[in-house]
Amino acid sequence: MNTLKRSTHPHRFLSSGRFATALLTAAVMGASTQAIAQDDDPIKVGILHSLSGTMAISETVLKDTVEMLIEQQNEAGGLLGRQLEAVVVDPASNWPLFAERARELLAQEEVDVIFGNWTSVSRKSVLPVVEELNGLLFYPVQYEGEESSENVFYTGAAPNQQAIPAVEYLINEVGIERFALVGTDYVYPRTTNRILEAFLKDEHGIADEDIMVNYTPFGHSDWQNIVAEIRRFGEEGKPTAVISTVNGDANVPFYTELSNQGIDAADIPVIAFSVGEQELTGIDTAPLVGHLAAWNYFMSVDNDDNYDFIDAWIEYTGDDMAVTNDPMEAHYIGFNMWAEAVRKAGTTDVDTVKDAIIGVTVPNLSGGYAAMMPNHHITKPVLIGEIQDNGQFDIVWQTPSTVAGDAWSDYLPGSRDLIADWRKPMECGNFNVVNGSCGGSTAAEEAEAALAE
Amino acid sequence: MRRFLSLALLCFLLLGATLTAQAQTDTANNSGSDNTGANDSAALELLEALDVESYTAKGEAITAILQSDDERARDWLQALLDGRLQRTEDGRFVLVLENRGRDWPVADVLTGEALGEMSRRDLERIGINNNLRNQLRSAIAVVDLYSPNVERRRTSAERLLGEVDGELVPTLDDLIEQEEDEQVRYRLTQAVAIYRAEAGEMAGVEALDGSLHPRSRVALSRAANSDDPIVANAAAASLAGIEQQLKLNRGLETLYFGLSLGSVLVLAAIGLAITFGVMGVINMAHGELMMLGAYTTWAMQQLLPGQPGLALILSIPAGFMVAALAGVAIERGVIQFLKGRPLETLLATFGISLILQQLVRTVISPLNRTVITPEWMSGSLVVNDALSLTLNRMVVLGFALVVFAGLMLIMRRTRLGLEVRAVTQNRAMARSMGIRATRVDIMTFALGSGVAGLAGVALSQLTNVGPNLGQNYIIDSFMVVVFGGVGNLWGTLVAGLSLGVINQVLEPWAGAVLAKIIVLVFIILFIQKRPRGLFPQKGRAAEG
Repeated sequence: MNTLKRSTHPHRFLSSGRFATALLTAAVMGASTQAIAQDDDPIKVGILHSLSGTMAISETVLKDTVEMLIEQQNEAGGLLGRQLEAVVVDPASNWPLFAERARELLAQEEVDVIFGNWTSVSRKSVLPVVEELNGLLFYPVQYEGEESSENVFYTGAAPNQQAIPAVEYLINEVGIERFALVGTDYVYPRTTNRILEAFLKDEHGIADEDIMVNYTPFGHSDWQNIVAEIRRFGEEGKPTAVISTVNGDANVPFYTELSNQGIDAADIPVIAFSVGEQELTGIDTAPLVGHLAAWNYFMSVDNDDNYDFIDAWIEYTGDDMAVTNDPMEAHYIGFNMWAEAVRKAGTTDVDTVKDAIIGVTVPNLSGGYAAMMPNHHITKPVLIGEIQDNGQFDIVWQTPSTVAGDAWSDYLPGSRDLIADWRKPMECGNFNVVNGSCGGSTAAEEAEAALAE
Repeated sequence: MRRFLSLALLCFLLLGATLTAQAQTDTANNSGSDNTGANDSAALELLEALDVESYTAKGEAITAILQSDDERARDWLQALLDGRLQRTEDGRFVLVLENRGRDWPVADVLTGEALGEMSRRDLERIGINNNLRNQLRSAIAVVDLYSPNVERRRTSAERLLGEVDGELVPTLDDLIEQEEDEQVRYRLTQAVAIYRAEAGEMAGVEALDGSLHPRSRVALSRAANSDDPIVANAAAASLAGIEQQLKLNRGLETLYFGLSLGSVLVLAAIGLAITFGVMGVINMAHGELMMLGAYTTWAMQQLLPGQPGLALILSIPAGFMVAALAGVAIERGVIQFLKGRPLETLLATFGISLILQQLVRTVISPLNRTVITPEWMSGSLVVNDALSLTLNRMVVLGFALVVFAGLMLIMRRTRLGLEVRAVTQNRAMARSMGIRATRVDIMTFALGSGVAGLAGVALSQLTNVGPNLGQNYIIDSFMVVVFGGVGNLWGTLVAGLSLGVINQVLEPWAGAVLAKIIVLVFIILFIQKRPRGLFPQKGRAAEG
């Protein structure tokens, strides 16, 4: 008990110089101290989002979202009769620092759950830590898939919940025959485009010369040449669309250049997987009207739960013009799922919650339900929206029912045979159905590879 | 798309007669007030049909409007296309006249009567999707062919390129005969020729010879596969000629792209060429001074809502002043104590840059700010069908040259410039001649910083205005200054423009990522060979 109390004051503790010893003690005593602490101490919720550096633009609102959800939960009487307490750390958009901060949250602060991360590389960096220290991480952003960790719950979209339906929409509803895959040069666009290329060629028989792939550095600001190339690519007489996995900041100059070079959504629509309401707040959207985005939630969803959420958010931020977006909804779902699982399990103990959460179903903000699947991904509806001149999306199409997230893509040769199922007795994130063996965790190697890039 | 056009044409043939009839009766029939009353209820019904969920139903409603003989049909369709056709809570259809800000002025769609301002919360827009947008444009294009307004006829004719089908051809042939405007006639002829070429007719192929429009090229390449060898050969020959022309245009376009990128580099680097090049101060916070200039533009636009152009012009002096003052504060507060210790200066100014970034994040917002591009800077200048130059970049290119010329003037023709050159060449000597070196330091640093502010104002038109703006340009700026030759403004200009062009020439075949790397490697190698850059300073000053 004494150790625990002291370890909650990291600074005093660090200065005492017995950091390593106590860390060890804390780890050993982990289970028992938790049992003692349970009755009086608040439940600790770690928030691992960048509040400074390049990713602050996207991640700050997610920190605020979790804090708002905690506040709401506390007003409703807390959880298991205990109050919730947010523990906020700032990994400062620095990928290795994410791992350090995660370690701090789990080993020193002993949080019961973490909500955090945005970029895939930061998630890869954190992965070995949460697996080693047996934490719970809720990851709220759409990502490239090809991963399923025992300790991570993926509440954002896997490629089959965003990219694949979006492309089917373009082919079936818009009649597109030529695709320019344009992305920022990092793991999410590269993997997603690999899946999409395979999907377009194998499933729809699109020829090689009708697919153009282009990568640009982070924060790319000079799009003249690429947009001119896209324009020429679209002038060959076949209906053409751009599938954009361009990340964050680079989108503004990209869209500005598109409109300046006279490319209109009616000629060459751009469908984006990383542009949401938040990103559009930095753009004059009048020239972008009609360009598309695929998400599992839009602020414009016509649903009472959504209106309540927006009202609460506007009140919480004190900003009339505050917008909500897809990763915020993912945190909303993730937080409620975790709370429900804790309630069901009657404890915040990680192993118990991890088992209890599979199958938990909570309402999403678009009028349906999200269920946690055994592969730690959730069910989501897929929505296609067109950008309006007020910075919002007009929903033009959606899947008839929710789609379950697929950790391992069916369109890539290596991953086709893998499944993830964390229920007993399988308990494996990459079970190969052909040779019947479990690959085991590769978190450490993957983290190393991701950080080396 | 063709489907829409045929449909639109069909509607129009019905409408065409009534429109002319309308024009005749309009003058005679001024007393028909009860008539308009009946019209309005019919019109209301037409509009009512637009306010449905299904886009297919909306499409049908648009066709119905086109088929109706209401002379306001075009205005409604245009309003619908622009998203200005909206509905109030009590079901009245209104036209939004201006959709900026929170309250929008509106007018009644049916009567045209102004209804004052309304909150956007009380209005509901009639939404459309891309398919409907195409349908509307085609519909409006067909109606506009008969418009007395030449501009409208031009846009309409342009829209018809590659979208003509057999049914439309005789109508268009008639129109071409009647048309007085050269440009409209040219476009219409081309539109018909594209149809004929695609159908494998020799006349079409001949008419398209030399046309650079992408649609013509598509039509010719289809004709080149025609069964008739004569047509196929002729098409192939024209195609070869066109390809040649296109190559030339592509070259010009790349050159423009390069100069434009170069002008951004020059703008970003030229302030640094003064603080780093002339004074020898390594200022890592240079990028953040640019960021301040960009935020000044944003603040100006907030102060002057509805006048983005004026705000932008006023931002030029304001951005200069803000950045210059910040520069003076940095110089007085930190740099002057670190004179002659470049490593410490580097670290200290790097710290300042982080502080400034986080300050903006905390005080303003971590999110990017919207800076509006004024009307006269959006779009592009059309040179020919294959080459158009984007206006915002052209303005920035011009601005960079003006800033450069201004700086040259200051350095060469003013007393400040003379003093700056004297102090940098030999500080002790200059001081003994009665020049107050400290004052010159401050003024020089303010000048360099102010120019960074100007760069920020220009960049706000090209890229994100956010806390990271400066970071993205600081490396490039140093690169340009070092490559051009430290202390030489001409060097910075030449280096910036040539690096821009090299980058853009490489980009199409190497990709953006690799192009950047190649340029960097090139500069490293170049500096190995010529450590003093393109234009090294000569004389004893350079040795010092």
